[in-house]
Amino acid sequence: MSEQKTFFSNLKCRECGRLYPKEAIHICEFDFGPLEAAYDYDLIAKHINRDIIQSRPQTMWRYRELLPIDGDPTVGFQVGFTPLVRADRLARQLGVEELYIKNDTVNYPTLSFKDRVVSVALSRARELGFQVVACASTGNLANSVAANAAAAGLTSYVLIPANLEKSKIVGSLVYGTHVIGIEGAYDQVNRLCSEIAGKYGWGFVNVNLRPYYAEGSKSMGFEIAEQLDWKLPKHTVIPMASGSLLTKIHKAYNEFIKVGILPDQSFSVHGAQASGCSPISEAHKKKTDIVKPVPNPNTIVKSLAIGTPADGYYALRSMEQTGGSAEDCTDEEVIQGIRDLAEYAGVFAETAGGVTVACARKLINSGKIPRNESIVLCITGHGLKTQEAIHGQCGEPRIIKPSLREFEALVKNDPAIQPA
Amino acid sequence: MPAQVRIPSPLRKLTNEQELVPAEGATIGDILDNLNASFPGLFERICDEKGNVRRFVNIFVNDEDIRFLQEKATPVKEGDEISIVPAIAGG
Repeated sequence: MSEQKTFFSNLKCRECGRLYPKEAIHICEFDFGPLEAAYDYDLIAKHINRDIIQSRPQTMWRYRELLPIDGDPTVGFQVGFTPLVRADRLARQLGVEELYIKNDTVNYPTLSFKDRVVSVALSRARELGFQVVACASTGNLANSVAANAAAAGLTSYVLIPANLEKSKIVGSLVYGTHVIGIEGAYDQVNRLCSEIAGKYGWGFVNVNLRPYYAEGSKSMGFEIAEQLDWKLPKHTVIPMASGSLLTKIHKAYNEFIKVGILPDQSFSVHGAQASGCSPISEAHKKKTDIVKPVPNPNTIVKSLAIGTPADGYYALRSMEQTGGSAEDCTDEEVIQGIRDLAEYAGVFAETAGGVTVACARKLINSGKIPRNESIVLCITGHGLKTQEAIHGQCGEPRIIKPSLREFEALVKNDPAIQPA
Repeated sequence: MPAQVRIPSPLRKLTNEQELVPAEGATIGDILDNLNASFPGLFERICDEKGNVRRFVNIFVNDEDIRFLQEKATPVKEGDEISIVPAIAGG
């Protein structure tokens, strides 16, 4: 890694452009707009190119210059570089020619894309001197904060809606974190966390550390471009909760073009939500940039159930700027999406993955994604985390006694089975 | 009781640290203009140069966002509570 290690000088308001020091702050004091890392792209262009990136370990940190920390990463340096797999059987099922799965169900260490944002947030938290880190979460983020904080020796508090899937609660508790279940929806958890962050001197990864945290999602976009042999997919379908991931994949593609790693090319980012909580998709369909909050989300897709999405406006703008579209799908379509992804691509995703597949199908069938153009589906979390959502929905094992006669009776009508 | 406006902590420097201030006017637009007369500088923090409520500021009348009422023309009557709430990050 080169000697130069700092490639961002300030935080900058996305609304008015006012500059702020690189501290644990996240909104503009003047107009309350979100702050974002401001990079020196000319300097970055002098320090990275395809050869340098390819010479580095296969983790998200091979794009280090485009991530907002000052020194070397100290948390999560094995995160990322998950497989991008060509999924021809699923492509045939969806009626398209070229389809890939960006498979973050196998991200390290907690099986979701959140490990990307947490490794940046906690590396930055250490640079800023925090001893206690925390988050508001729909589950995956809590798992990742708990695990990465445990490995790094930081104290952590994770605040979640009390009614989350059991696997996601156990998947935080096991790391010895402090799990606080809140009797309320995610947006209420989030509001409480804002109050706590203002009062206690903690590093809340998605509140006062959000300008750093959110940038970690860009690594998913950088990896997709590199794994497609330095080319962008024409279409990327991305699940939306706060909308942040979609905006950051859009930003990652643009940054690779800006620093000369990719030639200028056109691409579209498309957003996917569950119909029981689809404020961004609804706004897109109504052609408005005002995102109407959903006070009581009602869907099995708890990881996307954010009724007041912080980046809803920017997600709409990303879709508009790139010619992308938003879609939403019912819980039944989510389950079908999970099963299609498993049966035709061998990938077991959590409910958000079902949303991505189901919405991609709708975008394809409505002609918004042409059947002959390249498509990447962003699959962001593992199915083992939300098993209860599909329990009983994919059949039951057939039970027999340990007897060959019973087995043969069982399979005799199965056309694929012939004794050797 | 006259309507009151709840001021969020980041803006209380402009209101001499008062959390609740009386609302004068028949609509949100009038009230914001009158607030600015009492507390100069408040208006530009809440509204952009075109006079529209800023994207990351929410104004509620009795817990209803004015974006889904009549925006700045939303009428206000005695006893209403108006809250100015910066948008929350997260997720």
